[in-house]
Amino acid sequence: MTLDQVKVGEHGIIASVGGEGALRRRLLDMGLTPRTRVMVRKVAPMGDPIELNLRGYELTIRLEDAQKIEVTEERA
Amino acid sequence: MIIALLGNPNSGKTTLFNQLTGSKQHVGNFPGVTVEKKEGAIRGQRNLTLVDLPGIYSLSPYTAEEVVTRDFLLVEKPEAVINIVDATNIERNLYLTLQLMEVGVPVVVALNMMDEVRANGDSIDVQKLSRNLGIPIVPISAAKNEGCDELVQRTIEVAHQKERPRGLDLCQGEVHRAVHSIAHIIEEELKATGLPARYAATKVVEGDPITLSKLNLSESQQGIVQKIVTEMEHNLGTDREAALADMRYDFIAKACKDAVKKNGNSREMQRSIRIDNVLTNKYLGIPIFLAVMLLVFYLTFNVIGQPLSDLLSTGIDWVTGLLDRALTNTGINEAVHSLLVDGVCMGVGSVLSFLPTIVTLFFFLSILEDSGYMARVAFVMDKLLRKIGLSGRSFVPMLIGFGCSVPAIMATRTLASQRDRRMTILLTPFMSCSAKLPIYATFTAAFFPDKAPLVLILLYAGGMVVGILYGLLLKSTLFRGNPVPFVMELPAYRMPSAKSVLIHMWEKAKDFLVKAFTIIFVASIVIWVLQSFDSRLMMVEDGSRSMLAGIGRFIAPIFKPLGFGEWIPATALLTGLSAKEAVVSTLAVLTNVSDVSLLPSVLADTFTPLAAASFLTFTLLYMPCFAAVAAVKRELGGAKYAVAAMAAQCAVAWIVACLVYQIGRLFIGG
Repeated sequence: MTLDQVKVGEHGIIASVGGEGALRRRLLDMGLTPRTRVMVRKVAPMGDPIELNLRGYELTIRLEDAQKIEVTEERA
Repeated sequence: MIIALLGNPNSGKTTLFNQLTGSKQHVGNFPGVTVEKKEGAIRGQRNLTLVDLPGIYSLSPYTAEEVVTRDFLLVEKPEAVINIVDATNIERNLYLTLQLMEVGVPVVVALNMMDEVRANGDSIDVQKLSRNLGIPIVPISAAKNEGCDELVQRTIEVAHQKERPRGLDLCQGEVHRAVHSIAHIIEEELKATGLPARYAATKVVEGDPITLSKLNLSESQQGIVQKIVTEMEHNLGTDREAALADMRYDFIAKACKDAVKKNGNSREMQRSIRIDNVLTNKYLGIPIFLAVMLLVFYLTFNVIGQPLSDLLSTGIDWVTGLLDRALTNTGINEAVHSLLVDGVCMGVGSVLSFLPTIVTLFFFLSILEDSGYMARVAFVMDKLLRKIGLSGRSFVPMLIGFGCSVPAIMATRTLASQRDRRMTILLTPFMSCSAKLPIYATFTAAFFPDKAPLVLILLYAGGMVVGILYGLLLKSTLFRGNPVPFVMELPAYRMPSAKSVLIHMWEKAKDFLVKAFTIIFVASIVIWVLQSFDSRLMMVEDGSRSMLAGIGRFIAPIFKPLGFGEWIPATALLTGLSAKEAVVSTLAVLTNVSDVSLLPSVLADTFTPLAAASFLTFTLLYMPCFAAVAAVKRELGGAKYAVAAMAAQCAVAWIVACLVYQIGRLFIGG
């Protein structure tokens, strides 16, 4: 499944980061690397973008970019 | 000696810069780009210049900010780099530090916000972390001015001893093997470029286009490099870019493991989450944002800024009157008298009276920015601006454009990418500024007295629609290609520091004053000369015989298809360039009306209602006043860009007004 499908308040573990060029590099630079644990904090009032929590800070990305990030569900 | 200051956005970089240099700062742009470069002398030190580099997260080759920073490090070779790191968000902040270590410049880490770390009951073993990373670290709190002296001392030591990061192997396993193999292959080419060996090899593994083109490798070398990289990718099961990012974060995790103790979310973070429950709330987020902006506008233009502006213009009028009487008494030449009073005092004076409004506006804006709220605005409003290829961050400058284009254009400085800054600067003047209101009021009173609100709404909405269309046009022409990705940090809310806010206000005030006394000063004199003399350089009594009126007559035919191809409106549009309000007063003077309130009745003789609609459309859209042009020139970084932008805007205005008039004629006839 992809990161945009993770429900608000739930976690996912990044499996791979797709996309290309500046966008992909930016995602990786901001710490969205494989094996990183990410929580979806909230969705913006107009339904897009979303707010994530990872590596102890808050990051916002657009849904179309979140679709490029493969995650695995975290088993509780 | 040159010391560079580098760090992530929101790491307290500006606060530290202000602490180290005080208010003696020089602000400019890096050559050829719209990226701000700030310099200042470090206090209490001789010959120590601190250069504030843009706030960035990485040295990737994609944004203007990152490329400028790289070039500065590699070409200007600062004696030392102070890398400010937010201790409360250490993992991600150290990512840039690692890339600095790859470059191999002498670097000192300023570990900021240590007070917050302590207050949270967390701890960072600075010595251990310094050993693990192989670079000196000084714990500081920039906001409380703690540790700044030690930081400067340590930086000077590092610079004198040229203390480079200890050559710890950042990379392990597969990446390590690839970097070393490639280092051997590119040895010869490397000498010609003067790039640091380790850095270049890492960048080649990463596939960095800038480094690759500098090295100019032969085909066989490229083949070998490709083979090494493919093998590494195969063995790691991932691609080159992800492999390097992963490697850096792995190294950071190891370096922090025994040095950083953290118990869950910090208090600042918990507080931010609670604040955001309200401010970015699904239902409240947008209304709160609009309320905040309304309040800022109300306070700026009604409560604080406007009265101060009025006071200042009363003062300027008083000085002008004094000068006027003094000059009359000395019986000085009439032309000189008029130049000083009508040209210089009126021109610069009318612009100067904007100053309090601008300073007040930036007082509020820097509070919104420094507190962390602007990032939330971008989060909440992003979806609206995405269609024209911008992000939510551009929303605030455009909104300010409805007040005054000058501060709006100046406010684009806080946008994170050069592309967004440039595009926002080009779109902002389409938001109808408040100085155009007198024109609208006069014309609606003359031609559409029963439909005044409708006309106003149509004008404001029309400006926005044209702005959106212009944005779409720019997106598919000049700004083609991928926009800078909207991957943005939402920093924890923090109390803005009074010092930073004051310095920011002073910076903007200085900026504006420089403009007022250079470009605007010259423009006022030019307009005055054109208005007061005829072509034989004799002073004219009757405005219709001035050179300006002559130019008005000359360009009037251009406006024929727009329905107002007469010299009077053309001349009024020309004087509107010094300030938009001048359009109304010029129309009054040229039609020999003694009082502006009588103007509407006279205008009906010059314009048909349809021509009036077309004239309003043109004034709405054509180039902004000289003060705004000066701001555009400053922020776009060159007169030629400003001239092109203005020409384009006038063309847009002409086309739209022409459409209004010609299509209108089809319906009404006439």
